[in-house]
Amino acid sequence: MSRTIHFTLNGKPVAAEIAPHQNLVEVLQQRFDLFGARESCAQGLCGCCTVLVDGSAVSGCLFLAAFADGSAVVTIEHLAAGGKLDPIQQAFIECGAFQCGFCTPGFVLMAGQLIGAHPDPDEDQIRHYLAGNLCRCAAYPEIIEAVKLAARNMRKGVE
Amino acid sequence: MATKTIGSGQVGRSVGRLEGAAKVTGRAEYVHNLRLPGMLYGKIVRSTVSHGRIRAIDTDAARALAGVHRVVTIADIRTVVPEPFYGPAFHDQPILAVDKVHYVGEPVAVVLAADPHIAEAAAQLVVADYEELPAVYDEVEAMTSAAIVHDVLKPAGTFPDLKHLQGRQNTNVALDFHLRRGDVARGFAQADHVFEHTFRTQQVLHLPLEPFVSVAEAGDGRLTIHTASQSPSFVRIEIARLLGWPENRVRVKVPYLGGGFGAKLYIKLEALVAALALLVRRPVKISLTMEEQFYTLTKHASTFRIKSGIKGGKITARQCEVWWNGGAYADIGPRITQKSGFTAPGPYDIENVQIDSYSLYTNLTPAGALRGFGIPQLVWAYESHTDMMARALELDPVAFRRDNLLREGRPQATGTPMKDAAIEAVLDRLATRMNWGKAFDRGTGTIRRGRGIAIGFKASISPTTSIAIVNVAADGSVTLYCSTVDMGQGSDTANAQLVAEVLDIKAESVTVVHPDTDVTPYDMATLGSRSMFHMGNAVKLAAQDARDKLAALARELGLPEGTNVPVAELFQKKYKMQAGNIIGVGSYIPAYAPPDHDTGQTPNATPFWMVGAAGVEVEVDTETGHVRVTRLVNVADVGRAVNPRIVETQLSGAAIMQLGFTMHEKIEFDGGQIVNASLADYKIPSILDIPPDIHSEVVEAEQHSGPFGAKGVGESGTFGVSPAIANAIDDAVGIRLTSLPLTAETLYRALRVAQNDPLEE
Repeated sequence: MSRTIHFTLNGKPVAAEIAPHQNLVEVLQQRFDLFGARESCAQGLCGCCTVLVDGSAVSGCLFLAAFADGSAVVTIEHLAAGGKLDPIQQAFIECGAFQCGFCTPGFVLMAGQLIGAHPDPDEDQIRHYLAGNLCRCAAYPEIIEAVKLAARNMRKGVE
Repeated sequence: MATKTIGSGQVGRSVGRLEGAAKVTGRAEYVHNLRLPGMLYGKIVRSTVSHGRIRAIDTDAARALAGVHRVVTIADIRTVVPEPFYGPAFHDQPILAVDKVHYVGEPVAVVLAADPHIAEAAAQLVVADYEELPAVYDEVEAMTSAAIVHDVLKPAGTFPDLKHLQGRQNTNVALDFHLRRGDVARGFAQADHVFEHTFRTQQVLHLPLEPFVSVAEAGDGRLTIHTASQSPSFVRIEIARLLGWPENRVRVKVPYLGGGFGAKLYIKLEALVAALALLVRRPVKISLTMEEQFYTLTKHASTFRIKSGIKGGKITARQCEVWWNGGAYADIGPRITQKSGFTAPGPYDIENVQIDSYSLYTNLTPAGALRGFGIPQLVWAYESHTDMMARALELDPVAFRRDNLLREGRPQATGTPMKDAAIEAVLDRLATRMNWGKAFDRGTGTIRRGRGIAIGFKASISPTTSIAIVNVAADGSVTLYCSTVDMGQGSDTANAQLVAEVLDIKAESVTVVHPDTDVTPYDMATLGSRSMFHMGNAVKLAAQDARDKLAALARELGLPEGTNVPVAELFQKKYKMQAGNIIGVGSYIPAYAPPDHDTGQTPNATPFWMVGAAGVEVEVDTETGHVRVTRLVNVADVGRAVNPRIVETQLSGAAIMQLGFTMHEKIEFDGGQIVNASLADYKIPSILDIPPDIHSEVVEAEQHSGPFGAKGVGESGTFGVSPAIANAIDDAVGIRLTSLPLTAETLYRALRVAQNDPLEE
């Protein structure tokens, strides 16, 4: 039943033996000790399990690990791999854009995709882009502020 | 929020969260991450009926599934825990169902397997057979219902006000609290106007995004429990009691929590994983799914009948009858009934008060504390009622409230004089921020606008104890040991600020050790906004003790008083090398006097009062009943804000959570079965639900008995939100809603009734 898949994980080629029913979050946790993507609602509605596959954010709880075969997978752990926080992570800290932190990796990854698509997002764009990520502590006003700050800092960095 | 520091500049500064980098990189430690060698995963088999006698549990098919380690029922549990009943107020809740099930979703068996998927598949194969019994679901019906949830009541024995319930039969009342002040009958007789209304609230869910999770490992006569718990000290004591062990053989460790909100208190999965680990001699982990959270703990639904007499614009008499739907197990419901019950008349100065507050058992998921400990249910009723009276009497809602407020030094309904409760300042600031005195555009056509305010207060639960240890190492670096759980509220950071303020160091340099009952001392629990005050006082005392011991060391070394010799040099001089520690200890329990059983009167009901108010502006679409909250202002008295940024986030986070409970969240039951137990069907606020204009602030205040003037903040943002919105809807369209949630359908139906054109059911 099990099969071996090959993919790049945070820039490095890896292989994993997986069962057909296993989702990507389980495989990241069990085979690679990566816990930043977390299963919460198990329905792809909360965004806690967000992982980037070939550059696009997916709900890792609904994404079968088998589908990751041959793809490039990036997790939250990749962002500060060099020991330096990414501008979005930095902005989340500066704006106090989290409380318990359980949903934060998903928001950070999704905010990255948002700023990639809209380097100067207005509040409406931010709200609609992040509508699939839930924060029960409701640090939403601070998250909006953090995304704006990160986008500003990233534009400055590019200029 | 402006930064306003004191003394060393640590208190009043918006220090970034100590764990910020760990959280944004996904590396923060949660129990969820924990795996141990040889660990088994447990999957709970749950009751399918709301009240029934268990005839048989057939586990054969589950046991036969390849990969299943064991299928466990209460008979197995009893071989390691003979009396398997727990609970903070009543010892009514079994580790697995004993003889009877009391609600749909109650645990009746557990399957253990090394592969969680196998445990889950096998759990589906367990079949329990029930003889169904009559059930009761409504809190008011439960008062007189023929269906009795528990055959015999079993108070835990630790609370004197529950002793009279010991052994009682044929009742669903798990606590009756009564308060009598003055003479309400006379007050009503002499009043110009008497108003009576009934309000209801619904069951809602805490829904932390990290669902309940616990791991237990046993060995060498000891037991270690890793758990997402807000009450590690309680867990240790209760598990030790269940096992008949001394406390020091039970170790409870708690890393960060992915949210708590009152759900992760007392015993949830801990007794079950403890018993399983002892039974199978392997580590056992149980992680609930989102769905299973709906079968673990909810917020009390409530019915509140409130009656007030008004004479010359003053509230002269108020009668409150409150029924709390506690579900199948008491959990902390009886404490809510009393500790929150006595604030049911609201923050008003009323001569004649009568309160009757009842905690009821029903055949639903147990209810417990949820961010406010019953207060939001009460404020919903008394602040809707207050507005309805003001409107009927054609009085301005702010002025009517201001004329009746409880002022400093005046006795609250318990007789306890108010102290350090900035009720008037909060109301005034809110009115200013809402531009209350200015004209307001109420809209035209199909979009009507309205505004509303509400103010509530809460007494901190008492008496409770906190203990802290501050450890100064030989290089002068400082570590704080305390059992306060940082579930997102920022307690690690705030406590570090208190230590730093006393020792005149940077808060960022303090290490905070997370709860580990082998290491960190006792704390009652992280609940009810008590930590900043109780643990804060203990932490401050511990830091002062360390500072005094450092000064004594300097004296011993012959240094002059007030020397500025660095701490590291003191140790060097004393021990001739980098060695030694200074240990400071702080222990805090406030004064308290229990209420009289018959009258509820006491000279000291609480160590501090919390005050929170909300103001909203809404737009109502009269063609759909849709309500859009366009503005939400929260004002609170938190004493001195230790960390202004975190205080602001706590206030707005609490208000947004309450916005969900007000506008759409509701657990839907059908004959005791929950029909919307998932995030797909139970919606919590998303970023799209945030009002475009949201603002939170604190008033200048000081809690004189608090650490550096501080007190709790975690719940204050919830108090006023629900009634403020209902009041604003009434202001916009003249429709009064008295049951939560305030859905578009409910409002639209009411609008059609008002137009004499009701919709069909």
